Amino acid sequence: MYQYDEYDQRIVDERVAQFRDQTSRYLSGELSEDEFRPLRLQNGLYIQRYAPMLRVAVPYGNLRSDQLRMLGHIARKYDRGYAHVSTRQNIQYNWPKLEDVPEILGLLSSVQMHAIQTSGNCIRNVTADPFAGVAGDEHIDPRPWCEIVRQWSTFHPEFAFLPRKFKIAVNGAEHDRAIIRAHDIGLDLIRDAGGNIGFRVLVGGGLGRTPIIGEEVSSFVPWQQILNYCEAVLRVYNLHGRRDNAYKARIKILVKALGVEEFARQVEAEFVHLKDGPSTLTQAEIERVASRFDDPELPPEPAHSEAHAAHLASNKAFATWVGRNVRAHKTEGYASVVLSLKTHGVAPGDITAEQFDTAADLADRYAFGEARSTHEQNLVLASVRQADLYEVWQQARAAGLASPNIGLLTDIIACPGGDFCALANAKSIPIATAIQARFDDLDYLHDIGEIEVNISGCMNACGHHHVGHIGVLGVDKNGSEWYQVTIGGDQGNQAALGKVIGPSFAAAEMPDVISSLINTYTDNRHPDERFIDTVRRIGIEPFKTRVYAEREQRKEAHV
Amino acid sequence: MSDIIKRGKLHTDDWTIVRQAEGEDIASLELPAGRVIVPLPLWLARRDSLLAKAEAGVVGVWLAGDEDPATLADDLLRLQLIAIDFPKFADGRGYSIATLLRTRYGYADELRAIGDVLRDQFFYLSRCGFDALQPKEGKYTRVQLEAALASLNDFSEPYQAAVDRAEPLFRRRPREAA
Repeated sequence: MYQYDEYDQRIVDERVAQFRDQTSRYLSGELSEDEFRPLRLQNGLYIQRYAPMLRVAVPYGNLRSDQLRMLGHIARKYDRGYAHVSTRQNIQYNWPKLEDVPEILGLLSSVQMHAIQTSGNCIRNVTADPFAGVAGDEHIDPRPWCEIVRQWSTFHPEFAFLPRKFKIAVNGAEHDRAIIRAHDIGLDLIRDAGGNIGFRVLVGGGLGRTPIIGEEVSSFVPWQQILNYCEAVLRVYNLHGRRDNAYKARIKILVKALGVEEFARQVEAEFVHLKDGPSTLTQAEIERVASRFDDPELPPEPAHSEAHAAHLASNKAFATWVGRNVRAHKTEGYASVVLSLKTHGVAPGDITAEQFDTAADLADRYAFGEARSTHEQNLVLASVRQADLYEVWQQARAAGLASPNIGLLTDIIACPGGDFCALANAKSIPIATAIQARFDDLDYLHDIGEIEVNISGCMNACGHHHVGHIGVLGVDKNGSEWYQVTIGGDQGNQAALGKVIGPSFAAAEMPDVISSLINTYTDNRHPDERFIDTVRRIGIEPFKTRVYAEREQRKEAHV
Repeated sequence: MSDIIKRGKLHTDDWTIVRQAEGEDIASLELPAGRVIVPLPLWLARRDSLLAKAEAGVVGVWLAGDEDPATLADDLLRLQLIAIDFPKFADGRGYSIATLLRTRYGYADELRAIGDVLRDQFFYLSRCGFDALQPKEGKYTRVQLEAALASLNDFSEPYQAAVDRAEPLFRRRPREAA
């Protein structure tokens, strides 16, 4: 992964010093609550229900083993022994003390990490495919471009106080695993007819209160110009985005209000002044950044390991895990492993200090010292020898990191919800664990097949419920917690927003509601048809009808 | 007289910022004696009578966040002071307006941040071309403002190009490949 040079390190160190000073001025009363708020937010520090929440940046999900160990150390020393992987590939701590945060940031900086711009109305952490660099369907590696955008956006003086938060994602693969269409700017790496690299630029996607799929603003921006083009987009937004209403302040609202053609025209009018200016990228800079990704040289391996084949044949549990949690690698004899953070009875995405250590050990021993975090809230070992998979599985299993459920119903994506988050209307973790408990039977789970369940505790949509095949949204009704259900959402190339099936449900009903949806699917599916494909084919009506009919029957049974 | 920061130093300043009260008529509003910074609508309405004073350095103009700096394009060689108002420090439009004035329209004289101007934004403000920073009257003591000068240098080598450093880090400094 990317290794800092002296300038990268200095900027992070100077940030620690700056925030230490700001925190002490706040604690001494010199800085008011209102003045300190955006400063702490731009360092990922929220004041939450019980304690501050600190969100640590994991740029485009890339992690090294020493960083994993440091994250574990911080969890142990400053938190309650665990942390949480967020849906934007970041790491969150729920229990640090405000006074400790400068010290935590200092520790992070010692392993080339930080919490810069992980919150606040600024350009946030850039996200990408967790399989970047190793996926078979990748045509251009997004990571150097992510790093270039990261550096450009870090402390950008003009764009630190935008109308609202701003998220950028980059995709370079056939299948979009970065959900670029749900970002303020989605950058799709492509080649033109002449083979030149450039970006298709999508603007105005986003979930939250008003979910919108991003629209194409430019079909091809040559790579040299991409920072100039982003600057033009950001400037139009900074000057003209709404600031009178936080719920209407995202760029998607501006794009909708102007219409995408007019928005694109304004961006173009700004871009002509910036084109070929000093921020124009050079071949030398791209090569320099790419060279600082010290990707391992993978020693040649046979395409098929006989030992691996023997383990597959003799061990059903291992074979099941390989079937779900292991992905093809672009290099023969290698594979990518997903370490599941979705274990029965544990909040989705939670990871203990011991699991950080195990993941670090696995990374060192089997994956060239690297790991990735995913927006599905799991970890990935990107490059593992096929011959090592059995050992990885055994060790991961002992650490509770090998639930064979990737892409299945229990691989639920959920925000921290009302248990932790001050914004939430409702809890999300107990809903997730109740669903996981209902679908505990592994054979049944595999029979149901691929399905994405996303749970958000409020309409800020941190659990990305709009793009879940089944989406669950916590809502507040007269002070009690209710859950609205959508189906038919999807991320990736066919990104779509789910449709609400009807009136919301009480928490206790949720496992039954999911059962009704799943039964409708299994009764109607064609062979090899996924849940989402059945929904697309037959529409939401049969699902809706059954869910509410069975709900009535349950009520009558109780009377 | 108020304490402001000008070109990186503490400075005692005698400009008066004229703000239009609600219902006040800009055509007849009487300007205070001494050097004044007037709102853009007043400048536009009374430009002919104010031009000579602007050239003499006793009248400047301030812009609100929703005002287009292009409106002043023809006056930039005459004005010796333009201010941009921050109604709230978290309203970031002024950063883009300043950048445009400096880079697009080539304004070279004093560019002053007024309104809710706080020390924790000094670094970003100066990077966007503000060479004068005027916190609200009474916001900081002279001692606090003196201490706040350090904020101008929070970061020694920023990554991106801006008004203060016209080139990004990768053009300014040799950065090593691995």
